[in-house]
Parts: sequence; C-alpha cells; structure tokens
Amino acid sequence: MAAAPESAGTGKGLIGWIDERFPLTKLWNDHVAEYYAPKNFNFWYFFGALSLVVLANQIVTGIFLTMSYKPSAAEAFASVEYIMRDVEWGWLIRYMHSTGASAFFIVVYLHMFRALLYGSHRKPRELVWIFGCLIFLLLMAEAFMGYVLPWGNMSYWGAQVIVSLFSSLPIVGGTLVEWIRGDYNIADPTLNRFFALHVAALPLALVFLVLAHIMALHEVGSNNPDGIDIKKYKDDKGHPLDGIPFHPYYTVKDTLGVAGFLLIFAAVIFFAPNFFGLFLESPNFEPANPLQTPPDITPVWYFTPFYAMLRAIPSAFGTQVWGVMVMGAAIVVLFFVPWLDRSPVRSIRYKGPIYKVMLAVFSVSFITLAVCGMKPPSGIYPILARICTALYFAFFLLMPWYTKFDSVKPEPERVTGHA
Amino acid sequence: MLKASVLIIIGLLCAGTALAEEEGIRLLESSTDINSTESLQRGARNFMNYCSGCHSLKYLRYNRLAADLKIPEAELGNLIFTPAKPFEEINTAMPGDSTDWFGKPPPDLTLMARERGTDYIYSYLHGFYQDKTRPWGVNNLYLSGTAMPHVLGTLQGLQKPVYKNEKDPHGSAKMVLVGVEAMTPGAMKPEEYDQFVRDIANFLDYAAEPIKAKRQSMGIFVVLLLLVFFVFAYLLKKEYWKDVH
Repeated sequence: MAAAPESAGTGKGLIGWIDERFPLTKLWNDHVAEYYAPKNFNFWYFFGALSLVVLANQIVTGIFLTMSYKPSAAEAFASVEYIMRDVEWGWLIRYMHSTGASAFFIVVYLHMFRALLYGSHRKPRELVWIFGCLIFLLLMAEAFMGYVLPWGNMSYWGAQVIVSLFSSLPIVGGTLVEWIRGDYNIADPTLNRFFALHVAALPLALVFLVLAHIMALHEVGSNNPDGIDIKKYKDDKGHPLDGIPFHPYYTVKDTLGVAGFLLIFAAVIFFAPNFFGLFLESPNFEPANPLQTPPDITPVWYFTPFYAMLRAIPSAFGTQVWGVMVMGAAIVVLFFVPWLDRSPVRSIRYKGPIYKVMLAVFSVSFITLAVCGMKPPSGIYPILARICTALYFAFFLLMPWYTKFDSVKPEPERVTGHA
Repeated sequence: MLKASVLIIIGLLCAGTALAEEEGIRLLESSTDINSTESLQRGARNFMNYCSGCHSLKYLRYNRLAADLKIPEAELGNLIFTPAKPFEEINTAMPGDSTDWFGKPPPDLTLMARERGTDYIYSYLHGFYQDKTRPWGVNNLYLSGTAMPHVLGTLQGLQKPVYKNEKDPHGSAKMVLVGVEAMTPGAMKPEEYDQFVRDIANFLDYAAEPIKAKRQSMGIFVVLLLLVFFVFAYLLKKEYWKDVH
C-alpha cells in the first residue's frame, strides 16, 4: 500500500482534509491566530479594522441597491425613490450605503492620520503606505461615481464640474472629456459607464488592493505608537515579547471598536441621515436638470479640501490647468511621504517640537480647506484657501529638512504600556 | 498640542459659520411635528383640497398615505380627486398641454421638504403680497417672481409689501423689500392660517420621507441595543486582556 503523501496538514477531520488541499489553517495562523501584533495599540489603531467593516458594509448594501436601482438617466432618480419607499427596508439599505460613503472617508482619513502620527509609512512599510494611497485614490473615484448615480441635480452638476476638469489638459483635453462622458454632455451613457465602474471595476480593484495592503503589512509586521521594532526581543518560541496574537486579543478589542463605531453609525442613519446636508445634500433631492444649476455647486464634504485647492489657484496663461495640477499634486505627494520623512525616529512621541507644530498646522489647514471648499468662493475664503494650500504642501515638501534638524528624544527599547 | 489644535479648529469653524450668517430675509420657523398624526391628516386634507389640483406627489401612493396616516380605506375616496386607483401615485388631473398656464409647469412636491425644508414651505405660503405688475397680481417674499397665484388668498387675506429706504454704496437712496403686512382679512384668523399652513408643511415633510417618524422611533431601540452590545464587548475585551502585561 502506498503511503499517503506527506502534507502540511496535520489535523484530522474536515479541516485536515481541506488543509491537505488548501492552506486554510496556514492562512488563519499567518494572518490571525499567530500574527503577533504589538500589545500597545491605542485608539488610533481601530480605524484599519473599521475601514474593513465599512468596506464590507458598502459591498453588501451596494449589492442589494443594484437589485432595484436603474442605471438610466430617465429612471435613476425615480428608482432611488422607489428604493426609499417601495422596497422593503430599502430606506435602511440606502442610508447605510450613503452614510457608509461618508463613514469610509472619516475612518480612512483618521487611519492615514495615524500613520503620520506614528510613522507607520517608514521603512520597511513603504509598500503598505503606497497600497494605502492607491486605495485612497480609488476610493475617491469610487465615491465620485457613486455620487452621480442617484442622478439628482447636484450629482449631475458635480459630474459636470469634475469631468470638465480634464478639458483643461492641453491638446487632448476636449477629446478626453468626450471619451469619458461617452457623449457631448453628461448624459445617459455617462451614467451607465459610471454605474459599471462603480459596481464592478472599482470595487474589484479596491478589494484586491486591500488584500495587498494587508498582505504587505503582515509580511513586515505592524508598527505601534512607540514606532519601535518589536522583533528585537523574542521569547524562546521566537515570538516577539511585546507582541500578542491578533486573535483573540485584537479580535475582541476590535469588536469593541466596531461596537462603538456602529453606535455612532446607527445614530446618524436613524436620526440624521442627511447629516445637516453634508452626507446627503439638499439640491440632490431635485432630479438632474441640465438647464438649471444648483445655487452653489459643492462636492460632498470629503472632497472639499481638494476642491478648495482647485479653486484657490487662479488661471494663468489662459488655462486653468494649474489648479487641476495642484489638486493632483496634493494626492501624488502622499505617495512620497515615506522618503520625505528623514527623522531618525518614527513616532511623534519621540519626535521634536517642529514636527508636532507642523502636523498640527497641517491638520488645521486640511480642515480649514474642507470648510473653504463648502463655501462660495467669496469674502475671506479664497485667500484662506490659498494660505492653507501653501501650508498643506509646506508640510510635505519641507519635511526632509525639518524632520532632519528637529530634535528627538531617545526611543525606548521596549514598547510602553498597553490599553 | 492636541488641545490647542482642537481649539483652533473649533475657533475656525465658528468663524466660518459666523461669516455664513446671511443678511436679508429670514425664513419663518415652521415648528412641525412629524409624529402628530392629526396634523399630518389635516395636512393631507389641506394639500388635496388646495394644492393637488396643480402639484403632484408622484413618488407617493394613495394607499401608502392612507396606511401611514391611519386614514380608513373607506374614507380614502374623499382624498382622491382624480380617476386614480388607491395603489397609484398622487398625480394631478392637469392635462399634458397645461404647462403654459403658469409659464412653467407646477413642480412636483414629493421631495420639496427635503430639498428646501419645511421652514421654506411654511414661509413661502406666508410670503404672498400684492404686486400688480405680476400676472396673478401677487409676488412672494421668499421666491421673487413666483409663477404661482395666491391659492390660499381667500383664507389668509391679502398682504402688502413693506419697504425700507436704504442707501446703496454710491449714496443714492433705494427701496428694499423687508417684509409683508396684512392688508385685507381672509376667512381665517392669523393663528388658524398658521396652523393650516404648518399642517401642509408637516404633511410634505412626511411625503418627502414616509419612513421618517418610524425611522426615528426605531432608532432609539437600535441605539439602545448597540449600547448593550458595546457593554458586553467591553467586558469581553477586559476579560481577555487580563493576561496581557
């Protein structure tokens, strides 16, 4: 009798049977049960897991929405109202999706801010950061196209403004815009292709990138609020002394985070789904009308910092391409942060006062830009937006110098405390 | 540092809101109550009697309205002035070529409360004043040049505009419309008219989102349930983390 081939699986029963054919236990151990994470994660470390929760929420509610939504210029608006009124629990699914879009940006912005606090982008986690930046970029495209689908008047004019940005590109601009729209105007073909991209292409790419993000993270291990390497001190089994298995410690801790998040999420869905006109804007309750613009065309809140930068740059040499370039650069510059930061330490805990001031100024500028982008470009706002655009870029472009010359405190050998 | 930046942020946001305070004519406060079925029923009656001739509610069905507002099916007929069946949406009986009656088609009002708010509806229906230059002899304080006649004029009575003399930046005097005041009395006392219009605004708030009242009452239970979940999640976390030193 030939012996059964040697295999990695040692378990018995169904799991053993699967393990001989698929690395189920190995995957579980590598990424959950025996993934050693630093024990000193604090509040800021909830937002990675929360991003996953929101992604799952968007995918599941999105699938149910597509069952009743009609991606045609003639029917889209009415089909959303049909979901809100005639589909059983349709209103809840729709609000979960629309609130989820804003929640996604809240948790992702906080997640990115965490990286700036504790230097999570620094070597060897550059690829984790770059995958993250790509996710952010795709998320913006995904959110923009999703916002067009209800075919309200703000959907329509928002699409009009954003798509026509490409027309400022020299030579190819006009042709490119026509190609994106599939028509001479924002119209039915535009809605159709945005639907295709929103429900198939971009979510697929997003999920793929999220997997890459997590795989890259688990390859090098998580950073922590002290920004120090936990692999320096290991026990006799080779596990880091300051590490604890992700499961059960962080699965239960993240469950607590998810509970807290759901509390706020549910409160918004049930008591303020419009969120004072920020999550669902009033002009979008009027169907798309190519002949009548809303009183002010403003993007949804999560785009307003970048929109403010776009408007802050005046046209010069007969073209407005400069504003578009600055807005693009505001995203592109993020990709270079791991190499811009020259500080010998990762975490803000051991960085000097200059970095702390710069990060505070950056945060205030970003929020001020968000406010500027929501307001009509008059009065104090244009000049405020210009100052804050300059401060936004100063934070990144001056980083190689101020992080190098900034004083630092000595890093501890082992992580300090745990929550 | 964190506290300082939070304070700066709050300060900036307050400055922003202060700047956004608009001058000019303020909306009246509608003080509607989406949970008052009586008010919604009166609003539905008022709307059907005075508005539905021209304005549709094309995303709302008659029988949904009856069910939500606790109007017996037998009495629903009193609200249907068109050949529509109870399961159909609330459309007007205006013929298709009626768009030029008013210069523009009367807008569908299903979502008006979500687009402009109940305060706007309440104010708008208080804002008609005599203006002989307009086709229907009235203009509106809150929507200048409105195409709509003062349908509720017999109830409210007529109002006249109130002007104030102001100097423009170049020093020349100009008349600025600042409000309206009663001119001739209508069939209703002012308080009665306020309530009449408040009920319409409330009803349109319902029409814009029929689930609104239920959503809010349901929300209390959902939040309470999640609060319980939060407590258990906290205790579970504490239990597991006892052995992390």
